Amino acid sequence: MKGHYGNYGGQFVPETLMHPLEELESAYGEAQCDPSFQAELDQLFHNYSGRPTPLYLAERLTRAWSGARIYLKREDLNHTGAHKINNCLGQGLLARRMGKQRIIAETGAGQHGVATATVCALLGLECDVYMGEEDIRRQELNVFRMKLLGARVIPVSAGSKTLKDAINESMRDWVTNVHTTYYMLGSVLGPHPYPLMVRDFQSVIGREVRGQILEREGRLPDVLVACVGGGSNAIGLFYDFVGDKQIQMVGVEAGGRGPKLGEHAARFSGGRPGVLHGTFSYILQDADGQVVPTHSVSAGLDYPAVGPEHARLHDDGRVAYTSINDEEALEAFHELSHLEGIIPALESAHAVAHAKKLELPAGQIVVINLSGRGDKDVTEVMRLMGAG
Amino acid sequence: MTRIEKKFAQLKSEGRKAFIPYITCGDPSLEVTLELVLALDKAGADLIELGVPFSDPIADGPVIQRATDRALRNGVTLQKVLQLGANIRKKSEIPLVLFSYFNPLLNHALEKLAKDAVSAGFDGVLASDLTIEESELFVRTMRIAGLNTIFLVAPTSSPERMKKIAETSTGFLYAVSRTGVTGERQELAGDLKAFLRTLRLYTKLPIAVGFGISQPEHVQAVWREADGAIVGSSIVKKVEEHIGQAELVSKVSAFARWLAGGGVAIDTPNK
Repeated sequence: MKGHYGNYGGQFVPETLMHPLEELESAYGEAQCDPSFQAELDQLFHNYSGRPTPLYLAERLTRAWSGARIYLKREDLNHTGAHKINNCLGQGLLARRMGKQRIIAETGAGQHGVATATVCALLGLECDVYMGEEDIRRQELNVFRMKLLGARVIPVSAGSKTLKDAINESMRDWVTNVHTTYYMLGSVLGPHPYPLMVRDFQSVIGREVRGQILEREGRLPDVLVACVGGGSNAIGLFYDFVGDKQIQMVGVEAGGRGPKLGEHAARFSGGRPGVLHGTFSYILQDADGQVVPTHSVSAGLDYPAVGPEHARLHDDGRVAYTSINDEEALEAFHELSHLEGIIPALESAHAVAHAKKLELPAGQIVVINLSGRGDKDVTEVMRLMGAG
Repeated sequence: MTRIEKKFAQLKSEGRKAFIPYITCGDPSLEVTLELVLALDKAGADLIELGVPFSDPIADGPVIQRATDRALRNGVTLQKVLQLGANIRKKSEIPLVLFSYFNPLLNHALEKLAKDAVSAGFDGVLASDLTIEESELFVRTMRIAGLNTIFLVAPTSSPERMKKIAETSTGFLYAVSRTGVTGERQELAGDLKAFLRTLRLYTKLPIAVGFGISQPEHVQAVWREADGAIVGSSIVKKVEEHIGQAELVSKVSAFARWLAGGGVAIDTPNK
């Protein structure tokens, strides 16, 4: 049994995929032992993506809210505008090392698709991105960006036409083209070793925060807040701090339109453990074990399962999971834009909204992971404002 | 011995091979599925795989995905498929495999599933996304209840995995003919023979081959190397073509008979 987080995780895939998963695990193990792999990744992080990303003290938010010092980890300032590039650079180097010439990926909000297309252009790899038709509609700017970068965007019309269905289609492609194709999964999801590998590549976020906050404040933060779709930006921020028991960590899921099943993507409050996309974790399912449709204003959170390591952190009580609804997220989207001149991704706006709700007193330090920028969301927000 | 084991033993003693249709339960309705099973039994099926629809069928191609969607829209659940099994058993002794993905099975609770599947008259269980690594409790629970646990083995499985999968399986081994999802193919994989011969080194269990088998020649070719041929998508497609028509059951069973080489083609398959 491999890749378990307490009861969660594992490998639940068609047998055909077990060989490539073993191959991937062993290639990743070798890469980790190879200093030149990490050196090349660090170099790309620095010179290509612009890491370390700033840790920004949001003074106007701090004054407008309750006085706790609000820091934003500016993952939105990464090349391509979100944390997703951290994982794609890592996996891209790994794919090249494995001699795979064709990359496939799924995307929800389009951020992972753009990051994948970017890295494929950089490394000279062929790139096919699966994207649900509903997400294509919501994120047309990112669709065009992927095409500009030389990727093919393959629309998925099955099911709810969102991220879940894009992953189904990616897995079908992978099982068919297993010998030539590398599946660049975008979050801490799927069968082992993906949750582990993606977490490792994203954990640079938390490591940087530790150094930055110690330098600025001379102490560690009191609270960390991040949005949780699959959970890669959240685990990236949290991972380095799991052992610092005094730090409160909050994962924010999409509350959507309300608590009724089908109206949200709050897996911990509305879901039960089950198996989806290769891993055992909390999933939104009906009484018969069918995965149910989800809703969120943000495409990147609109997914019925959550990374298995989050499931363990939840059960252990180490991380508190909560949700923010569409309306609250949109308010935070506007508030951050007005007060700080930063338009956040709708995903990240969920984390911002929750940090406000915490009403932490002056003297406390909060770090919010601003996982992505909101340019991709402006047309959707415009549409929603027009409709409202 | 389960009905599956008895059937393969009987076939072996007669020097015959198994013809194993797969159908998605509740496509287009559970009543039709019941009639279809009985007709397929008469048409020469040796075992039947009854598919329980799952919302995210990652191992399936478009044909079975569409059948799954229709079945789910019809409100088909594992509970109803278990009831279907019991209804089949009132009229037929054909060996039945409960075929699904792991989540609906797990959701039913494994012990309850084992008990309910046995009392409904099922003989074996297969979850296409359950790997042997994750199967310990599942296998133990199903076996205690007297069910066969059938696992997939793929052309990409290493010899070590082939061996372990064979050791974890009872009843028969489901050999996936090629990489990819379920669906009709014009040709069988070129390396199928070598794969099956390697697999044979590691097991005495009957080997049934599935994925991509859609022609009588495919069935014949598989029978030369293995103990059974599993046909899913092309039968499910035949069901799809006749939805809403009174002759659905007779057309599909005639098609099955044609595939199995036991009759003439009444309805030529689209190619």
